[in-house]
Amino acid sequence: MIAFVLSRLLQSAVVMVAVAVIAFFLFRYVGDPVLAMTGQETSREDQERLRTQLGLNDPLVVQVFRFLGRGVSGDFGISYRQRRPVTEMLVERLPATLELSVVSALFALAVGIPMGVYSALRRDTWLSRVFQVVSLIGISLPPFLVGILLIFVFAVLLGWLPSSGRGEVVSLGWWTTGFLTLSGLQALLLPALTLGLYQMTLLMRLVRSEMLEVLRTDYVKFARARGLTDRTVHFGHALRNTLVPVITVTALQLGSVIAFAVITETVFQWPGMGYQFIQAVASVDVPVMAAYLVMVGFIFVTINLSADLLYYGVDPRLRLERTVIGGQADRGA
Amino acid sequence: MSWRVGRWHRLRESEIGYSLRRSPLTVFAAMVTLAFAVAAIAAPLLAPHNPYDLASLSLVDALTPPRWDAKGKSEYLLGTDDQGRDVLSTIIYGARLSLAVGATSVLLAASLGVTLGLVSGYVGGRADAVMMRIADVQMSFPAILIALLIDGVLRGVLPLQTSDDLAIVVIILAIGLSTWPQYARTVRASTMVERAKDYVKAAQLIGRHSAAILAHHVLPNVMGPVLVIATIQLAVAIILEATLSFLGVGIPPTTPSLGTMLRIGNNFMFSGQWWIIAFPGVALAMLVLSVNLLGDWLRDVLNPKLR
Repeated sequence: MIAFVLSRLLQSAVVMVAVAVIAFFLFRYVGDPVLAMTGQETSREDQERLRTQLGLNDPLVVQVFRFLGRGVSGDFGISYRQRRPVTEMLVERLPATLELSVVSALFALAVGIPMGVYSALRRDTWLSRVFQVVSLIGISLPPFLVGILLIFVFAVLLGWLPSSGRGEVVSLGWWTTGFLTLSGLQALLLPALTLGLYQMTLLMRLVRSEMLEVLRTDYVKFARARGLTDRTVHFGHALRNTLVPVITVTALQLGSVIAFAVITETVFQWPGMGYQFIQAVASVDVPVMAAYLVMVGFIFVTINLSADLLYYGVDPRLRLERTVIGGQADRGA
Repeated sequence: MSWRVGRWHRLRESEIGYSLRRSPLTVFAAMVTLAFAVAAIAAPLLAPHNPYDLASLSLVDALTPPRWDAKGKSEYLLGTDDQGRDVLSTIIYGARLSLAVGATSVLLAASLGVTLGLVSGYVGGRADAVMMRIADVQMSFPAILIALLIDGVLRGVLPLQTSDDLAIVVIILAIGLSTWPQYARTVRASTMVERAKDYVKAAQLIGRHSAAILAHHVLPNVMGPVLVIATIQLAVAIILEATLSFLGVGIPPTTPSLGTMLRIGNNFMFSGQWWIIAFPGVALAMLVLSVNLLGDWLRDVLNPKLR
């Protein structure tokens, strides 16, 4: 057990260092940081002085370690575009992205699971067919197209909801929230729906197929034979057993939520980190890109690590396999 | 003539023919995909205008509504955009670009992934461990993020003037390099199974070179799943291209593409020029849905478990 946890921790650390080193090379070699920070009128001597001041003349190894050291303490340098500390910019945008992601994930869970359960239990009703079509559309349409469609219907045609921005926000210390104002909640609705649709369809398909599988198992037949009510069998036995993979997939999906948040935020001009990242890519603002990369890498590694450890805790078979094949066993899902 | 009938009959009665007849939706999807492919190949013949030809554009005709609208003009069936480009022609040329970018990047990702997967599964050992860890790490990041990153890096590395000309190459590289692990994973798994089989052992015994064994004996036996992944990935690649172009980091706005068109149309949605965004949006949705449906069907047909 300890060996497994340690090896996983080590692997995660290696991945994290690799991501950080890529970020460093990005930072150092994509464009010249000095030229990016100074204007045309800066003299050559001044540029040279800035170069030494920034430590760009030091040996490469020293620079890598300095970058890593600063990164650990949360310092990613100054944005080329905005001339402000990158960390400050990211932290400022963090609440918008987190609020959007959490609301969309909750929406996906609250709608996707019941839809999946229903279409597994009542396979041949017309409502199930509607759900299937919705899920096919949700899984194959690109998220930005869904966003545009929602804007077209609810903002342009009906004029019910705003199409961009976050509405009025309330500051709670360094955190800003849109939950406390009506315009904030209205502004949240369409982006959250766009971001949640894909996760919702994924959850629905997963719950449906898992339920169908579990309903065929012997213990469900036995439970029926014991004369338990449908309700107990469906929700006490079947649904409960489908929830393990659902939880894992939901956790792993948090990663793609971040990716789709980039797109959703751009469509709705939602002032989050993803929108900031797109603007950084478009204007080659390398420090922002590097910092975003390191941060997203950290979130991903943490999620994957905790999912692995959770799996290990939940599934006793994994412990056997690991010792037999010696770490070669593939992760499921 | 008789052999033709015989062949047609055989196709009709074959398993693929049977499963096609049972699923009219798949037939429809195949027809839509075929229509897009024909339109893409024959774009210069089919499109009423040439959106690349800047001289033929007239700003007087900019923002013309579709033909059936009172203000519509007969030469622009689906209206024009803000530059006076014919929407229908731009969609046809855009589909051409989408399919070309999609097919090329799928080819790139597949050749890279299949090669690495074959070597990884056949050689095993340390090379396998390293490659699969890289694939693992890359797969845990969504393709769109990796594509965005590669796109951003290449834009920074390339000089500004050339980056517009090279945008299509950049986008193909970005999509190809961000989607290879899927193929590598699958091919590696099947190669490990094939490696232990007698025909491979026999080839080894008569002293064939490993590369020849992989290319002539193992490869044909692991191609089935690759075909399925490639079809599904074609839809993914088309979506990625449209998304990158929509975000403004893909195809430059002067080149007609579905993504850039949607980006332009997005700005005119509120002022009532709905046709600039609606028609390309519907076209993209139809194309992606059809390719996805075909991929689903192919997976079911080629999956021996479901037979």
